[in-house]
Amino acid sequence: MIKNIIPLLNLREGKEGKIVELRGGFGFQRKIRVMGLREGKKIRIVSIQPAGGPITIEAEGNMVTIGRGMAQRIFVEVE
Amino acid sequence: MKKIILMGSPNVGKSVVFSRLTGANVIASNYPGTTVDFSKGSMRLDGKKYEIIDAPGTYSLTPTNKAEEVALKIFKKGDIIINVVDATNLERNLYLTLEILEKKKPTIVALNLWDEAQHTGITIDVKKLEEILGVPVVPTTALTGEGIKELISRLKEAKISKTRSTSEKEKWVKIGKIIKSVEKVEHRHHTIRETIADATIKPATGIPLAFLIIIVSFWVVRFIGETLVNYIFDPIFELYKPVALQISHLLGPGILHDIIIGRLVNGDISFMESMGLLTTGIYVPFAAVLPYIIAFYLILSILEDSGYLPRLATLVDNVFHKLGMHGHSIVTVFLGLGCNVPGALSTRILETRKQRFISATLLAISVPCMAQTAMVFGILGRYGLQYILMVFLTLMILYLLMGLLLNKIIQGESPEIFLEIPPYRRPSLLATLKKTWMRVRWFLKDAIPWLFLGVVLVNILYSIGFIDWIGNLFAPVIEGILGLSKGATTALLVGFLRKDLAVGMLLPLNMTPYQLVIAATILTIYFPCVATFTVLLKELGLKDMIKSTVIMILTALTVGGILRLILIGW
Repeated sequence: MIKNIIPLLNLREGKEGKIVELRGGFGFQRKIRVMGLREGKKIRIVSIQPAGGPITIEAEGNMVTIGRGMAQRIFVEVE
Repeated sequence: MKKIILMGSPNVGKSVVFSRLTGANVIASNYPGTTVDFSKGSMRLDGKKYEIIDAPGTYSLTPTNKAEEVALKIFKKGDIIINVVDATNLERNLYLTLEILEKKKPTIVALNLWDEAQHTGITIDVKKLEEILGVPVVPTTALTGEGIKELISRLKEAKISKTRSTSEKEKWVKIGKIIKSVEKVEHRHHTIRETIADATIKPATGIPLAFLIIIVSFWVVRFIGETLVNYIFDPIFELYKPVALQISHLLGPGILHDIIIGRLVNGDISFMESMGLLTTGIYVPFAAVLPYIIAFYLILSILEDSGYLPRLATLVDNVFHKLGMHGHSIVTVFLGLGCNVPGALSTRILETRKQRFISATLLAISVPCMAQTAMVFGILGRYGLQYILMVFLTLMILYLLMGLLLNKIIQGESPEIFLEIPPYRRPSLLATLKKTWMRVRWFLKDAIPWLFLGVVLVNILYSIGFIDWIGNLFAPVIEGILGLSKGATTALLVGFLRKDLAVGMLLPLNMTPYQLVIAATILTIYFPCVATFTVLLKELGLKDMIKSTVIMILTALTVGGILRLILIGW
């Protein structure tokens, strides 16, 4: 199976991926991690709001809404 | 007095633990960041009195907004720390726990939401966790009170952990190890319930549902409010009227009569217009406003506690982002529709000065509180719904336009939304009623002194001729630009004390429905009431408050002038 690493932003609604990297400063990384979104976690795209709106993701029952800029800095591995 | 501090992330039930410990009434809701202000209480432990403080929720000890800054400040003053942890989310909560333990203060951990964790198939080895952390760990279910007794009895065992200082990276490694050794999670599948829950946040289904929920909510508020007025409050005041008339006869004419009963309209008392302490002074808060306040807060509490609001915030984020804020701000608007004071306080969860400034200014300009809304219905309802719609439509358009404008003008950043979406929870009836009651009580305590002061002031100023003088002074603006009667100046003055009273004062002026629409709109825009003003001053600081005030007055004049041109002509 070929594995691809892409930004979360490129994942479509309902799709899943595994977090491999958080690209950004310490503050950004901490903010994401304390929400339960850490490297190695499997996440699912719950919804994508239109017109540049935010993205809602879920990992192990933790749900978070994040902006698209942040979604561009979270990298996931997909099959 | 020694201080016990409750620390924990948002939405872990910290406030409920607090209310269990102190027996105090505390507002808890299923929305991250409700406790933006902190609550204080006291408790006895082995005969000694302790002060207990519920700090605002924070994810770490490195603050990212004003509410978290407050949390850190309070934490530093603590003698004993109770770290409230969400047992259903142990892993991510442990980061804050480790940070707290490294600060070397006597600490005890409350593993809250214990029952929910068990229901979802999570088992935690409490003994082992206690060993690793080096401080007492007590499972609790604050909502039912389970485990609280043990928490209190073990409070004296709170101790300084021997854990050594670690870097951020080391902490996460450590957390991974802890989780591996103490937690077991049954593999869970995506349930049907979750699929339905997801529908409320997906745009295609979520946006229509949001409209439906908002419309139904307001319809229910109106229905409950009207029912209370027609079947309870108005009949009571009908019974009371002969008593008031009797008092009126006993007093005879004079200034005392004016203050206590007010002016008679065609020989009879008019509860809306007479302007006496025992007539308008009690009718406005109790019969005209209170029923709607009760209804509004009941529905808002349900929306909050169910966990719907963060989903709504997600759905409206793209609109709010263009106004220089983000989806969070919908909560400010909703709270503000009840009363602007809690609305203003809620701006603290926004990250930057720009966001807070825009959110607070727009709140003051175009979000009418329930007291004012109820009165607008009261004076315009008789002419037809279209007039009421004009007021609210104007305010809504204004909110959008001013937001777009302020976003361009105000310097600074508006960062993206970053918001936890808690699972849906069924609101408990008791908690909802308690919360509604606390907010209603807060309204009564806060509103009645200002209303009475307003009534007394109006009568005194009237009798010394000040009202006529100021009316003439501002006549060029009020009559010339806004096209209102001279008497509306008084209403605008009183509006600084209480907006509901001011709306009532427009009635005896015999203005046309269009003039009333203009006056009611201006009354919302031009200036916040004194209670809101004080809070805004504290939140924004003097310089920004002056800026905000200038914007308000300029907007009021512009909007008033435009409405006059459209509705009345020059």
